[in-house]
Amino acid sequence: MNKLTIGQLEEKYPFIISYFEENKLDTSNYKDKTFREYLDSFSQEDIENWAINKEKLESDLETFIEQMKEFLGIKEDAKVKSLTILSGHNKSGDKEGFEELTINKSEIVSIVGPTGSGKSRLLADIEWTAQRDTPTGRGILINGEMPDKKWRFSSNNKLVAQLSQNMNFVMDLTVREFLELHAQSRLVQDVEETIKKIISAANNLAGEKFDLETPVTSLSGGQSRALMIADTAILSSSPIVLIDEIENAGIDRKKALELLVSEDKIVLMATHDPILALMADKRIVIKNGGIDKIIGTSNEEKELLLELEKMDNIIQGMRNRLRTGEKLQ
Amino acid sequence: MNLIVFSGPPSSGKTSIILKTIDALKQRDISVGVVKFDCLYTDDDILYEKAEIPVKKGLSGALCPDHFFASNIEEVVKWGNQMKLDMLITESAGLCNRCSPYIRNIKGVCVIDNLSGINTPKKIGPMLKSADIVVITKGDIVSQAEREVFASKVNSVNPRATTMHINGLTGQGAYELSTLLFDEEQQIDSVQGMELRFPMPSAMCSYCLGETRIGEAYQMGNVRKMELGDDYE
Repeated sequence: MNKLTIGQLEEKYPFIISYFEENKLDTSNYKDKTFREYLDSFSQEDIENWAINKEKLESDLETFIEQMKEFLGIKEDAKVKSLTILSGHNKSGDKEGFEELTINKSEIVSIVGPTGSGKSRLLADIEWTAQRDTPTGRGILINGEMPDKKWRFSSNNKLVAQLSQNMNFVMDLTVREFLELHAQSRLVQDVEETIKKIISAANNLAGEKFDLETPVTSLSGGQSRALMIADTAILSSSPIVLIDEIENAGIDRKKALELLVSEDKIVLMATHDPILALMADKRIVIKNGGIDKIIGTSNEEKELLLELEKMDNIIQGMRNRLRTGEKLQ
Repeated sequence: MNLIVFSGPPSSGKTSIILKTIDALKQRDISVGVVKFDCLYTDDDILYEKAEIPVKKGLSGALCPDHFFASNIEEVVKWGNQMKLDMLITESAGLCNRCSPYIRNIKGVCVIDNLSGINTPKKIGPMLKSADIVVITKGDIVSQAEREVFASKVNSVNPRATTMHINGLTGQGAYELSTLLFDEEQQIDSVQGMELRFPMPSAMCSYCLGETRIGEAYQMGNVRKMELGDDYE
């Protein structure tokens, strides 16, 4: 790195342009100089005024390049195929009611239990790849092995993407600009193609269609959720998705789950909605801070699910008729 | 005693994060005290008292809060040692985004929130760039995509830091932070002679000395003029 010019560096590692941008370093006139030479061009006054730390910028750039190379180079065999939870104990110190639970990719597991029972703690244990070192004493294995530390500490290689209940946007952008920004931050090669894929998946979930020029702030609740689910499924590099209750806000929840698992994600979903809970293959029951038991969805329950879906379709149908101004019979 | 310096823009969630993290530390029988630095007003000390955490507060008033920090930290560390704390946390509001009160070899934590806008990492100086740990809060309010974009911007200005998301309301992630903070080996008896990680801005113009009148005739010392372009004569 110390011998290459900025121009050569940019050619070799195009992502460092964002490093220059975010650190407000205007290197446009220094393409044939090295980074060190560029830094040396600052006067003492510039350094004081703009709070520049030359040594830190230099070593940070090196770290940044290493991280990005690793992020881009994540190979197929480094991917997450399964997540295993090893039992710990509940708040009273009693052993949890299971030995180990393995969830494979494209599998959905729901989590049920009263508020405050310890769902957040379970989600945090997974996020942090707990190694018997959290209050629950649980252990987490990835692909059946002790996980790499990168899942804990790197902000790029996050294990878990979390779809929370709140779906507000704080950025004042159109859907296109928003997706572009996200695609760039994930270093996606074909941005345009990815955006197309996301918007069509989102419109497949949302009751009312929207387009790329719509400002994200004027999306309805259902549209925002649809966009976020499509975005997380397609753009997020995190192999595990935690869903905190998908309410019935104008999106097709069944399709949403299908989309997530079709992108090879492991889906964990906290829910009390019987339709969603039974859609999962298994459900984790949480009590008093610990996993009380794990129930496999029985054939009887799967049949019940068909009934429930019928009822849900009736209600959805009425909802749509109300929306279009029809009378209900 | 361990010493940890927390800083971050006002209302980013520092106090909530510290309270939740201390909960986790207490479970491991680690005693923690807090010194809250602020400018004009704070009632965060009441929150700490309620949680039965030894606390002192310092208001800088007319002084630059980070200068105030640097002039008082030695005494603050003495207080912490007298109280026989295992860990002393200082919390300061980063008000001008140019400074940071981090000290070399003392853990520095910067707390920023997802709501503060996508360009915020670019605007904050050493407070973010030289932190060891960056905590991002209010992730439950924004979408997963926004969290990822925001975290990647933080990462590009400070790739060395451990960046983590913590929910200040539910405490999700606070336990994990607590494990990164406590270091059995670190024994700080005094900060005498230690160095700040970054120099504070130089000042000393006539207004620093109490001048209130406006106009070139009254401006002396370290004065800088904006460039307003050719159309201005």
